[in-house]
Amino acid sequence: MTASDEDLARAAAQGDGAAFAALLDRHYDRLFRLCFRLTGARAEAEDLTQDICAALPAKLQGWRGEAKVTTWLWRVAVNAAHDRRRRRATFLKASDGWGDWETARQADIEDGRERVDWLLRAMAKLPDDLRDTLALVLDEVSHAEAGTILGVSEGTVSWRVSEAKKKLRALRAAEEA
Amino acid sequence: MTPDDDFDLDDLRSALDAATPRPDPTRRAAHLRLAQENFDRLQGAVDPARLILERPKGGVRVGVRKMLDGLTSRGGLTLTTALVACGVLLLTPIGREVLRSPLERDERSGRTAPEPMPQPAMKDGAAPVEPEAPPVTPLVAPQAVAPEIARSRLAEATSDPTTAETGAAPAADAEAFASGAVAAEPPPRSDDGVAPSLLAPAPVIAPEPGLAPLPRPDTEAFANEDPNPLRITAEEPVSTFSIDVDTASYSVVRQSLMSGALPPPEAVRVEEMVNYFPYDYPAPAAGEGPFRPTVSVMATPWNPDTRLVAIGLQGEMPAIADRPPLNLVFLIDTSGSMEDPTKLPLLRQSFRLMVDQLRPEDQVAIVTYAGSAGLVLPPTPASDRRAILKSLNGLMAGGSTNGQGGLEQAYDVAADMAAQGEVSRVILATDGNFNVGLSDPGALEDYIARERETGTFLSVLGFGRGNLDDATMQALAQNGNGQAAYIDSLQEAQKVLVDQLTGALFPIAQDVKVQVEWNPATVAEYRLIGYETRALRREDFANDRVDAGELGAGHSVTALYEVTPVGSPAQLTEPLRYRPEPAAGDGTGELGFLRLRWKAPGGGQSRLLETPITGQEPAGSEARFAAAIAGWGQLLRADDHLGTWGYGQAIDLASANRGEDPFGYRTEAVQLMRLAQSLAAE
Repeated sequence: MTASDEDLARAAAQGDGAAFAALLDRHYDRLFRLCFRLTGARAEAEDLTQDICAALPAKLQGWRGEAKVTTWLWRVAVNAAHDRRRRRATFLKASDGWGDWETARQADIEDGRERVDWLLRAMAKLPDDLRDTLALVLDEVSHAEAGTILGVSEGTVSWRVSEAKKKLRALRAAEEA
Repeated sequence: MTPDDDFDLDDLRSALDAATPRPDPTRRAAHLRLAQENFDRLQGAVDPARLILERPKGGVRVGVRKMLDGLTSRGGLTLTTALVACGVLLLTPIGREVLRSPLERDERSGRTAPEPMPQPAMKDGAAPVEPEAPPVTPLVAPQAVAPEIARSRLAEATSDPTTAETGAAPAADAEAFASGAVAAEPPPRSDDGVAPSLLAPAPVIAPEPGLAPLPRPDTEAFANEDPNPLRITAEEPVSTFSIDVDTASYSVVRQSLMSGALPPPEAVRVEEMVNYFPYDYPAPAAGEGPFRPTVSVMATPWNPDTRLVAIGLQGEMPAIADRPPLNLVFLIDTSGSMEDPTKLPLLRQSFRLMVDQLRPEDQVAIVTYAGSAGLVLPPTPASDRRAILKSLNGLMAGGSTNGQGGLEQAYDVAADMAAQGEVSRVILATDGNFNVGLSDPGALEDYIARERETGTFLSVLGFGRGNLDDATMQALAQNGNGQAAYIDSLQEAQKVLVDQLTGALFPIAQDVKVQVEWNPATVAEYRLIGYETRALRREDFANDRVDAGELGAGHSVTALYEVTPVGSPAQLTEPLRYRPEPAAGDGTGELGFLRLRWKAPGGGQSRLLETPITGQEPAGSEARFAAAIAGWGQLLRADDHLGTWGYGQAIDLASANRGEDPFGYRTEAVQLMRLAQSLAAE
């Protein structure tokens, strides 16, 4: 590919459908991977990716070229993941008598039905901000870039990463105990 | 990082890489397509395929939305003027006529609409590509396009189900636009109200486009095949098929007609329309077997030179008093798209009706699926009506659909509930959209076919229109030894879940296959009406490993053949000059020989029942009513075998043979036929 992400995004923002297609095609797989890490389950990741794909054209109109396209895209993804979690929380609160979703989910995990890797389960137990940070950093995003994406300083990212690792260690210790 | 740190980042990274799945290529393609469509809408990019496919009314809607999308204070005034002009086009009959393309005018006049698109997804013989139709290179994958054609036909009808007067619908739409209340394309009311936010979010009115995880609103897929062609007895004397007890197609047809549009031809499965009605064929005598075949032969209503052979199977009604206890798992789709008056609320009421029919020793469990599957109600005796109803009432729609996760859990629950001698069944209620996980019908079928072996049956109840995935419903029910029914109203719920509950839940015979060998000495040509999706290969008849339909207690099934006697002026093919010597049986004067195979429920070895078709069997009002419905179904499919026979004759035939009709189903059918007649005449 010769055209840079930024060129494609600029062309797409001006209405070039082919450029948009090329851009999304180029980054779809990494986007899906990030979504998977943000959610920890394939079905959730697919939903999240679909949401992002659906909203991306409108979002792109707000792209001003002030950041790398990937930085911008990961930020869109992290925000979309936030929205999803928030909706789910509201939904769970609203649906009284729904049955214990979390219990059912945990039971699923106990059964090994979903066969989710320990790490994914552990990551799911992390607070949202730590998990998002870890998902990005593990996705070969630099601390500085992660800071831009999440809207925090580089130092905060580094602190969160070490905090996340501390928590993971504690979780494993608790499980082994 | 200390050396004793368990969580070295690189280790974590590689562990996570190993756990991260590759994106599913189908989903990936669908997502990219969705993004592109939204992009095009937003940019106003001209896509030739869409322009042709979209109905003109939809085209105007899209246009209006695009204007609203771009509405700023600068351009506001001009655009408002344009909006008024569009309103004129939408609201006045003349304006609407101007907008309507020649293609659509053809369609409305009831003629076969020339379809400019190839339709590999549903080979519909009723839509020939006429020479004058402009050849179009599909820019969208044909499979995605085909449902859109069906959808666009429905769009007008479903936009206002309460009134058949089509002028009212655009008026409502225009009002919504004018008030600026609706950012995206106003959905037909039976669609989910949130769904369109996925499509083309509008930056001005809705700067943070909703990320509702909902399916695209214009996706309906119907499973159908070309109408069965005429067969020449000398070349292919044997016809084999599986019985079909589904009724979904009739309900879809009814729903379309009630909302003022002819159903898409590919949604019409003639055998399901015929089998929607209970028939009063003679029941088997005690000890005779689970069902009894009744053959009727009559002159074909639409062709005096051919004959119509109706084969009716009447299932026995076992003593209901000592029926085995039932284990029911309601598997309920609570995805966001179910949040529609015709979906989840109707579903709740329907299941309420059903719960009242259960006995104290029956058990009910409820599993929901939306994003992740959950057990909402653990197995509960039906006597605890309050707990069951409380769970039903607590169901809320939200999230995306994960059909398979829910199915797996439902089958697990059913397996736990099963005890010796009990009947277990999963009842899946959905709007048919399995849009997460294993959404490929092939893979789902395989999964359900495996589960079928465990003895748990599956029935599928479809709710709502808009993203009804009829093809998947069919695939599921056929492979789960169950029924697919489409619930469009509380009356239909009453029919499926109350009046015919026993039949729907207790199979008396499974893998029922029908084979007819026609006698070339008496029958020159024959044609099986309907059952296109149920055809079996000749050798599969005696192969017990090949799955077929099941017959429920008290149910009846009808199949119709149109046969052309040798020497009839209706014969379409020339007889062969060089024919093999007549074989034994030719001189009997029989029309053919009927063979039926079935298994006892759960039984592995099939049994055979044989009877000749003499051609002397009298036809009663039951068979004649079936013939009227079959004729009507073929009219809706724009079949070319009917000649000048039309709705008027179908209505006369059906009204004359309504029989006892205790539940009023046949009367309703006659009303629907009248409705179809006037819609087709438009």
